Amino acid sequence: MSTLHTVNKSPFEKSSMDSCLAYAKAGSSVLMYEDGIYGAIKGTGCTQKIAAKDGVNFYVLGPDLKARGVSEDKVADGIEIVDYAKFVSLAAENDKVQAWV
Amino acid sequence: MSEDIKKFMYLNRRAPYGTIYAWESLEVVLIGAAFDQDVSLAFLDDGVYQLVKGQDTAGVDMKNFSPTYQALGDYDVTKLYVEKESLEERGLSLEDLMPLTYEDEDDDWAEKDSIRVVSRAEMADIMEDQDVMFSF
Repeated sequence: MSTLHTVNKSPFEKSSMDSCLAYAKAGSSVLMYEDGIYGAIKGTGCTQKIAAKDGVNFYVLGPDLKARGVSEDKVADGIEIVDYAKFVSLAAENDKVQAWV
Repeated sequence: MSEDIKKFMYLNRRAPYGTIYAWESLEVVLIGAAFDQDVSLAFLDDGVYQLVKGQDTAGVDMKNFSPTYQALGDYDVTKLYVEKESLEERGLSLEDLMPLTYEDEDDDWAEKDSIRVVSRAEMADIMEDQDVMFSF
């Protein structure tokens, strides 16, 4: 069973990302979107936690990065920038979607 | 009249777009600017994201209200305090923020920066000095 975890809250304001990272198992995927994209900016405590998470694929939604003025070069290594079509593909490819709201 | 002027501070702690707080704050600031008070804005915690430059909301079908911050100087809102620690915790620095300026009428209309990066301790002192706080 593979799961797509989605996080749409800032990791600096809510514990959604921390909880997601605590429960996401190897082989699962995590997609950051809306205010969740702030978790993808390199050089923060959040990206350290992401880097320490083995076997989990991390994605961030490009249009939400652009809306918030976060350029692609500020995204931490190991996090793939995706578009809405890829968001849909990830939702379809995984067995279920678990939203951390 | 001058003794009736109070120090008003608008406290911004939320990111833009995910919730309506940032936009609502900006609207209230612009409305409040008509009342000739001593206004300042504080940006801390996720509020620092409001001032990040290069916002482009075309892909998410929302209004990009970030250019409106440029208008604050024309409304005599010229003190935008941004907390250094909040920036650093989020992987940001002053260079990531929009350049915001005002023309100083007491200094031959010289163009000056509205954004003032301050430490958490300095921010606490600035807050302590206010008469009224509006929280967003």
